Amino acid sequence: MSNAILEARDVHFGYRHSAPVLAGVSFAVRPGRSMALVGESGAGKTTLLRLLLGLARPGSGAILFDGRELDLGDRARRLEFRRGVQTVFQDPYSSLDPRQRVSRIVAEPLRSLGLGPAAVDRDAPRADRRAEIRQRVAAALDSVGLPADAADRYPHEFSGGQRQRIAIARAVVCEPRVLLADEPVSALDVTTRVRIVDLLGELTRERGLTVVMVSHDLGVVATLCEDIAVLERGRIVEQGGIDAVLGSPTHPYTRRLIASAPRLPAAR
Amino acid sequence: MSLLTVSGLSVHAPDGRALVRDLSFAIGPGDRLGLIGESGSGKSLTALAIMGLLPAGMTVSGSVLLDTPGLPASEVVGAPARLLNRLRGRAVTAVFQEPLTALDPLMRVGRQVAGPLRRWRGLRGAALREATLAALAEVRLTDPERIARAYPHEISGGQRQRVAIAMALACRPALLIADEPTTALDVSVQADVLSLLANLIAAHGMSLLFITHDLAVVAGVTDRVLVMRDGTAVESGTVRDIVTAPRAPYTRDLVNSARTFDAALDRRKP
Repeated sequence: MSNAILEARDVHFGYRHSAPVLAGVSFAVRPGRSMALVGESGAGKTTLLRLLLGLARPGSGAILFDGRELDLGDRARRLEFRRGVQTVFQDPYSSLDPRQRVSRIVAEPLRSLGLGPAAVDRDAPRADRRAEIRQRVAAALDSVGLPADAADRYPHEFSGGQRQRIAIARAVVCEPRVLLADEPVSALDVTTRVRIVDLLGELTRERGLTVVMVSHDLGVVATLCEDIAVLERGRIVEQGGIDAVLGSPTHPYTRRLIASAPRLPAAR
Repeated sequence: MSLLTVSGLSVHAPDGRALVRDLSFAIGPGDRLGLIGESGSGKSLTALAIMGLLPAGMTVSGSVLLDTPGLPASEVVGAPARLLNRLRGRAVTAVFQEPLTALDPLMRVGRQVAGPLRRWRGLRGAALREATLAALAEVRLTDPERIARAYPHEISGGQRQRVAIAMALACRPALLIADEPTTALDVSVQADVLSLLANLIAAHGMSLLFITHDLAVVAGVTDRVLVMRDGTAVESGTVRDIVTAPRAPYTRDLVNSARTFDAALDRRKP
């Protein structure tokens, strides 16, 4: 299909002298349909995410962005891709530079991509560019529910949940279309997890953001995503709409994952 | 009579901050208690205080009384290392979250499991070897011979955690402390390890203190739970009561959060 933002087409990936990490993986991420990549450790989820981010290249097959094969050698297309696809990592303690203020961390994509109208216009006065960046950082912090004064503080002053909000602010500051998130809530406490999932849901509804989420937590995935692909040892064993896959799983591995999810005893 | 009686336990950081405040609870023979709380609630420090393993610089007050069969009743708080060494392994042992750091990376698994057997049961030679393999087989590791020869990095995370459980249970402690034993594991492995733990505890009539941040995990393992927040006990009761009718606002928040994800999963089900 042509309307996919990101697509994996028969992707293979492996290291020399070892079993393939990914084999024949194909799926498409469509606008407005957040996608879950589910599986256990060693299934190839994180490798797949790295391929989608262009941090590694598939051994064979292709990753397509807007219907065209990902080509990060071309500067213009690389900027376009980085602007359209941003990421949030699992561990909010190691993914933020402890020596930089939040304002600088969040502004990083704007600086490195030369984004923002004033920033693009090299003739604009420096003060204007700074003001523009400040304004966009403030808007991003506001959109993730952090106070404006967070900008002047350092990451260590924030809790895990707040740090993950900072990481999300950094990802959405350049108004990407896709957010790739690798286990974005698994390092967080349960109550914080709910709030961050709520925040991601809000961003998808209000900003037209599509989330691609690697997770092993089916509850989280069921809350947020519309589509799902289940990976087992480098292969997609089942994929489709989340209602269909979780509602009537056909593959034994999917059934086992669903049965293993810890649940509260039913309320009387 | 209780096996473990914690009363008025407080732990202070070197800078004077109270990390655990006036905590009291008891565990009887065969009891299973879940200690629930989020990061920073003081649940792991409580476990360390019970084992007498708090980091240097922290000050403890209150009382931790261990009264286990075959050993004189002992007060852990302020006890000398000599007494603590006698308690650890037989009165109380622990399984921690990360099996990779709990095991010595430079020692074969078999030798590590043999350690406590040698020390506490006085086994040597062929008898020790046999007991080691039996301990590994008991935690349902297939091919215990191979596992015993392996180094920790050569086996999977789930297998490592089973080895850690085998070591902890080797000397039949009266009380097992499990501190987030399945947090680092995959969900299906987690389900297996939890049922293994529950079966072994029941089979040997041991008591269990299960520490976790995940209400859903603890609900399947223990009968009672104690909810902690900011170093103090917020609420305690049976799992069923806490889950169906939480009284404290914090517990309600915790239960509702877990329910949110459960409900999303249920909605998708036929």
